[in-house]
Amino acid sequence: MQSEARTLGDVAAGVAPAAIENRTGIGRRADSLFGLLTLVSGSLVLIVLGFMVVSTTNTALPIFSSEGLSFVTSSNWNPADGNYGILAFIYGTLVTSIIALVIAIPVSLGIALYVVEAAPRWVRGPITYAVDLLAAVPSVVYGLWGVFVLLPLFLQPAAALLSEYLGFIPLFAGPPSGLSYFGAGVVLAIMVIPIISSLSREVIRTVPDADRYAAYALGATRWEMIRGAVIPRSRAGIVGAVMLGLGRALGETIAVALLVGSATRIDPSVVRPGYSMAAVIANQFQEASGDHIRALVGVGVVLFAITILVNMAARLMVWRMVER
Amino acid sequence: MTPPPFAAPASTALPNSAQAPDLTPQVGEYGVPQPSAAEPVFTIRDLSVYYGGNVALKEVSLDIMPREITAIIGPSGCGKSTFIRCLNRMNDLIPGATVTGDVFYHGQNIYAPEVDPVAVRRRIGMVFQRPNPFPKSVYDNVAFGPRINGFKGDLDELVENSLRAAALWDEVKDKLKKSALNLSGGQQQRLCIARAIAVEPDVILMDEPASALDPVATVRIEDLMQELKKQYSIIIVTHNMQQAARVSERTAFLYTEVDEETSSRWGILVEHGETGLIFTRPKDKRTEDYVSGRFG
Amino acid sequence: MGRSPSPGESAGAKVSDINSARPAGRRLWTNRLASAAMLGAVLLAMIPVGLILSYIFAKGMAAMSWEFLSEPTPFSFRRAEGGFLNGLIGTGIMVGLATLVSVPLGILAAIYLQEYGRGLLANLIRFFSDVMTGVPSVFVGLFVYTAFVLPFGFGAVMGAAALAIIMLPIVVRTTEEMLKLVPLELQHGSFALGASKFQTIIRVVLPSALPGITTGVLLAVARAAGETAPLILTALGSLTITTKLIGEPISALPLLIFDGARNPFAAGQERAWAGALELLALVLIFTLLARIVASRSKISS
Repeated sequence: MQSEARTLGDVAAGVAPAAIENRTGIGRRADSLFGLLTLVSGSLVLIVLGFMVVSTTNTALPIFSSEGLSFVTSSNWNPADGNYGILAFIYGTLVTSIIALVIAIPVSLGIALYVVEAAPRWVRGPITYAVDLLAAVPSVVYGLWGVFVLLPLFLQPAAALLSEYLGFIPLFAGPPSGLSYFGAGVVLAIMVIPIISSLSREVIRTVPDADRYAAYALGATRWEMIRGAVIPRSRAGIVGAVMLGLGRALGETIAVALLVGSATRIDPSVVRPGYSMAAVIANQFQEASGDHIRALVGVGVVLFAITILVNMAARLMVWRMVER
Repeated sequence: MTPPPFAAPASTALPNSAQAPDLTPQVGEYGVPQPSAAEPVFTIRDLSVYYGGNVALKEVSLDIMPREITAIIGPSGCGKSTFIRCLNRMNDLIPGATVTGDVFYHGQNIYAPEVDPVAVRRRIGMVFQRPNPFPKSVYDNVAFGPRINGFKGDLDELVENSLRAAALWDEVKDKLKKSALNLSGGQQQRLCIARAIAVEPDVILMDEPASALDPVATVRIEDLMQELKKQYSIIIVTHNMQQAARVSERTAFLYTEVDEETSSRWGILVEHGETGLIFTRPKDKRTEDYVSGRFG
Repeated sequence: MGRSPSPGESAGAKVSDINSARPAGRRLWTNRLASAAMLGAVLLAMIPVGLILSYIFAKGMAAMSWEFLSEPTPFSFRRAEGGFLNGLIGTGIMVGLATLVSVPLGILAAIYLQEYGRGLLANLIRFFSDVMTGVPSVFVGLFVYTAFVLPFGFGAVMGAAALAIIMLPIVVRTTEEMLKLVPLELQHGSFALGASKFQTIIRVVLPSALPGITTGVLLAVARAAGETAPLILTALGSLTITTKLIGEPISALPLLIFDGARNPFAAGQERAWAGALELLALVLIFTLLARIVASRSKISS
């Protein structure tokens, strides 16, 4: 055994140990070249983001300057006459997103709390899988399904019921339509539930068991434990999850384009047709030209600004939570 | 425990060096070879390490002799691992760590600006506290070092010889293509030794190589070290004084100094010398307390 | 650990108060109601899951045929024959190109964040990759339109560019998370053998993280395959089969489904259902693959 090992090297052969020889040029340069390559790739994220803002804003600039502030304060959108006020779309984007959150927040939190705190072990996996499945469905499939299945099955009757019983409130005034803020909001809710519930689930999981036992030890019921120990601990993270869901809802395009009803005015009733920023871009782009396209790009810039703000706020909140 | 088998001086062909001040340790009746016969592998002078401005190891000066096992002992937190990581510049990888002083390797200062730390590690191998084989096959683990170093020769032979030298060949020769993660902890650690040998280093640093292993695996590693020291200079960090006494020719004792006012702590070298002397007739009270306390 | 937050108003209550200070019945009733509400939320969410899967499967299978898979779309929505082969090819080309571009760049960027990046720049990149995952995909389409389609025209490369921008931050962030999980000891083992940083990353870190990175890439591919809005603005859509990469509009499955959902003719709608089944099957296959790779990697590590 030793004789074999002795063949290993000069050192073993009794030759004076070699001095430390630096690597030849290529080896050493590979390190710094590779480092540089990764730096360039990393910076690409910032460059692309910056380029996106510059290029789109630049294209929309003529409309921004000719319309001025009325671009966002007017709801008169009439490309044939050269009127580009996008307030109705901003309104629609906000209203559909709010409807989505009103439905999605309680459902998502219910799912997340049930899975972490209440569910028997064997159903946790299946529920998580099923909800995550919703996240994998492409939005165009939601749109198709929404128009041909959910609309006749649920949206139309629900809109009719809302206006029949609550129609005295302007928010639900008729004549009711399934293709409406409400219809788009319901489909959006289905789309953001997996986002909010999976992130909340992760956040709720990080609450230490010691907190739970502490609450139980004081005689709390499970619900009191959740309200007293789990919710306060995970509030910031849940808010972040909701904001991310909101970001998704604000920018969602195809499903809303198919379900919002495509009416370019502000309707105070949620069971009436409207429009959203993303939807108007998708629906009108193919037949637009000239200033109309510039105006649609301008809609995109405003949409981008709003979602970026929401996203940045959400990320900061989640980051702060993680760092604590 | 029988006294450690002492190796004959492996190399007398080296020219005697006069460049470093003579700090070679005392020798005596325990039969350790005369240090003047061999040039030190490492000549360490005023070595200090700082982590983010706090001193962790203060002004260590020490010579390490070739073809011997040198044990670094001391209470936990005294900077043993920090010290050994200076010898192959692994501390460079820790953000915020700075090293001052000089480490001469065969007369060449490895902290000189023109020295490439990567090249240093190709001459000075290291085995870690926990076995850390790569999630690759046994063969690929051993072949990793030669491959990255552009080895042009019979790789199969090199792998086999390295595994034989690490006393692992018979156990793994039929599963060279299997994942190294399937081996036992002791086998993994010997695989890591084989991996280090395969790059044909001059020195092997061992940072508590047996602390994560069971007693049987520990004995096998210790036996292996006795074989390895015939060709390599070995420096082992250990918290286990019996182990130091069993395997090493020389021992260095590090100790934690505490600043009462700021309660900051750092490691210093208290004394070093022949292992037999350190354990039976230490010159310093702190060494005596540590050695006797643990043995008592 | 600090003092735990007090569980509601009962924090200061003594054990004996359960029966005296507050009626046990009401607290238990609230608790039951809350449990029922949580379960209700789960059941409510299961309705769309069941409805979507069952309808797409039933309606899709009814319209599915070999002809649908192997023929391009007819020029009239009224006509019943034909299929979405043009869309399948377009989706394949554009998602493939986008993957080729975004995956290497994304992995390199993640390596920068994990292995090289320190300080402000790295944090900025990390933060804005996060933010970029939230940029509406329709805006990405608008960007590619203004920057590339206006000078060069609609085409597969333009669609692929939009999809690549959507995939990039997903690949960056998932890869970075996976690189974080590679034990530092492995890297040190490699460095101690005289490996350079480059060699350590290429030969030790990346192979160890490969299953996780693959999972992230597969999820990004699934996401890109289902994107519609950016393709309207960049690929435009086409009823004929084309494999030209530039200068000619190209179709994609989501675009054809969108058209089918907007038109009033039964034949076009049926094709849309079959297309939805085809697309969902593709997306779910990639998602499933991602899960399999992810679970495999857990076992080995």
